[in-house]
Amino acid sequence: MSLSFSKLRAAPLSARVGIALILLYASVAILAPLLAPFGEAEIVGAKYLPWQAPHWLGTDALGRDVLSRLIYGARNTVGIALVTTILAFLLGTSAGLMAATRGGWFDTLSSRVVDVLMAVPSLIFALLILTITGTSVVALVLVIAVLDSTRVFRLSRAVAQGVLTMDYIEVARMRGEGLGWIIRREILPNVSAPLIAEFGLRFCFVFLFISALSFLGLGLQPPTADWGSMVRESAKLIAFANFSSWQAATFGLAPLLPAGAIAALTVGVNLVVDWVLHLSSGLKD
Amino acid sequence: MTNLLEIRDLRIDAQTDGRWTGIVKGVDLVLKRGEVLGLIGESGAGKSTVGLAAMGYVKPGCRISGGSVRFDGQELVGASQGLLRGLRGRRIAYVAQSSAAAFNPAWRLIDQYCEGPVRHGVMTRAQARTEAVDLFRDLRLPEPERIGLRYPHQVSGGQLQRAMTAMALACHPDLIIFDEPTTALDVTTQIEVLAAIRDVVRQHHAAAIYITHDLAVVAQMADRIKVLLKGEEVEEAPTAEMLAAPQEDYTRSLWAVRSFRPSPRTEPAPPAPILRVQNVTGGYGGHMVLQNISFEVPRGRTVAVVGESGSGKSTTARAIMGLLPLKAGKVVFDGAVLTDEGNQRQRDLHRRMQMIHQMADVALNPRHRIREVIGRPLEFFLGLKGEARDRRIRELLEQIELDPDRFFDRLPGELSGGQKQRVCIARALAAGPEFIICDEVTSALDQLVAEGILRLLDRLQRELGLSYLFITHDLATVRSIADDVVVMQGGRVVEQGPKDEMFTPPHHPYTDRLLSSVPEMDPTWLTRLLAAREAGAKG
Repeated sequence: MSLSFSKLRAAPLSARVGIALILLYASVAILAPLLAPFGEAEIVGAKYLPWQAPHWLGTDALGRDVLSRLIYGARNTVGIALVTTILAFLLGTSAGLMAATRGGWFDTLSSRVVDVLMAVPSLIFALLILTITGTSVVALVLVIAVLDSTRVFRLSRAVAQGVLTMDYIEVARMRGEGLGWIIRREILPNVSAPLIAEFGLRFCFVFLFISALSFLGLGLQPPTADWGSMVRESAKLIAFANFSSWQAATFGLAPLLPAGAIAALTVGVNLVVDWVLHLSSGLKD
Repeated sequence: MTNLLEIRDLRIDAQTDGRWTGIVKGVDLVLKRGEVLGLIGESGAGKSTVGLAAMGYVKPGCRISGGSVRFDGQELVGASQGLLRGLRGRRIAYVAQSSAAAFNPAWRLIDQYCEGPVRHGVMTRAQARTEAVDLFRDLRLPEPERIGLRYPHQVSGGQLQRAMTAMALACHPDLIIFDEPTTALDVTTQIEVLAAIRDVVRQHHAAAIYITHDLAVVAQMADRIKVLLKGEEVEEAPTAEMLAAPQEDYTRSLWAVRSFRPSPRTEPAPPAPILRVQNVTGGYGGHMVLQNISFEVPRGRTVAVVGESGSGKSTTARAIMGLLPLKAGKVVFDGAVLTDEGNQRQRDLHRRMQMIHQMADVALNPRHRIREVIGRPLEFFLGLKGEARDRRIRELLEQIELDPDRFFDRLPGELSGGQKQRVCIARALAAGPEFIICDEVTSALDQLVAEGILRLLDRLQRELGLSYLFITHDLATVRSIADDVVVMQGGRVVEQGPKDEMFTPPHHPYTDRLLSSVPEMDPTWLTRLLAAREAGAKG
């Protein structure tokens, strides 16, 4: 799937908005140390300062600059979610396509393993494993990747089974093509559309999953800034906020900032996914 | 008597890449009550589009840009959806080509039958059920009282097509549109469906438009025939007249298709056959589809395997290609016994035996460009790379009569059915085979295109000395290209021999049945055949 510039130019408004959002997040994440006015864990002033210079979004319960933490949070949360999703897809797709194509004992074994993993609610499962392994970033990424790859496995196996009944697969088999060729060249191009759609959704789920774990205290550990734990830390402020004046109201809006950052990226990713899907399905409007 | 249906100067446009192009360009059509009009032409002639327009319907992406469609005095072009809904199903009914796709697989036949009459308020469910049984009986469905209780997948293709005809008749419509109702059926089944449809249409005194690309079929069904080409009318005449003396060149070319005969062989076949199938028994699971099959394919010749669906023709092909484990017997290719595990065979054997599938649509990976489709076997078997490979791809494209510059980089979705089948042939040729299995390669194509493919295969055989195993249910194809014929029924070979012997009596009774089921151009053929069979059954 080549996304040439001409296609990019012909992209509908929704896709352009999505691309702009993703580019914005990516540049913020990459340039975080340059953009952030203060350090990630630096205590810069009194706690709960209102929104005014030099702390444009105020300070948190420990007196850290909220804007800086939001910027660093992009790097941590998005980066880890992206790595995790890619890992989950590599694992799930290769195992799923392999199971569908090989069949036999490999299919049976891998499908049953996946069934077992899926039988336990993933949040509880992740909490259990992370309690045992401790909450290092590597453990976090691996656990979520494995848990999410089960969904990818199911999807890619089911879609590939449909493709495998086609005569062109039989033609390739009669030619004596190996498993690798059949999976990469014959099946993969024909299952890419649903997998891309799943990638967009899965990325958002992983993202929310990490935030949820952080919210529960088992995700990224302080003082690392991430949006999930920022929501948790400031959630209680909503109850105490005084909405009588603008200055006081900003105090209550604090939890909405990281939550909004999560929501906007989710929407942006899905706008782009919708467009890519439309392109790869070959539909004409 | 007034006309039931009057189509005047009908124009329909279709949208491609944002531009509107005409697909029906000013067609007139008049139909009286009780009359059957045959609509023929090759694919893309606009037959189905005209048929659907008679119901005031156009497919998505199309629009009626001019003309009028009057049904029983009412104008349907631009009519309200409410009016059209009231007419469709109730007074105008439609029978689609693929009944398997048109039925809802989750509902019993009788429930789908009753839906129309009950929703249109023509009769109550109980009345509809009673009438359904009568109709099923008229259409000669087995067990008319009970067949309605089955689901679509539990009845055969021919029975389903008749059930669909029953459904169309349920509301006693004035006009029925048959869109290629027997194209997907094999000859023996086709006869039964044709006879049933013809009788029922006459009994109900309905008018019908019968759309098909098979002239012999339309000759049996229609009072008048209209020939379409690229959205325009070529000519129209009463059936007998049209068959006896077609006026236009195009019509005559349609007539001539059935008479394609390659020039006769001059030299005798070499003594050693390229392929010997010896006492092969095999099947899926415990069910033995093939029972003790034996035949030979002489080098440089064409052997046709014929039989109706379910006779084991395609399974034979799979057994030869090593895709079906054999329980007994062996397949000998050029003196070497083939093992039944496909992946254990040497590359060279794969290379020398190629297969062309029936449905070119699913035999080409929709994501591979033509250069990859043809290039891969060149790379895989012959190790050709880069420029040498591209040059060979161009040669092959020229060999199958496609312009290399235009087709080199296309995707299969951008080709017509006949072009796709040509690409499949090129892919088989790329490996440099000696023996090719052609599995119903022409049955998904209309006659003019199919004839082009047959001519191509014949030319390639002469140029390259290929041997073919030609699997088909179409006896006209057999007659034109086969040297030897193998007749199969229920997984057994019932008769085999040189073509001329097979087409001259005496035949095995089953061969006789197959041969007599091939429609002929004579409009009285079906009537005579049915009378003869009935007499035979009584005597």
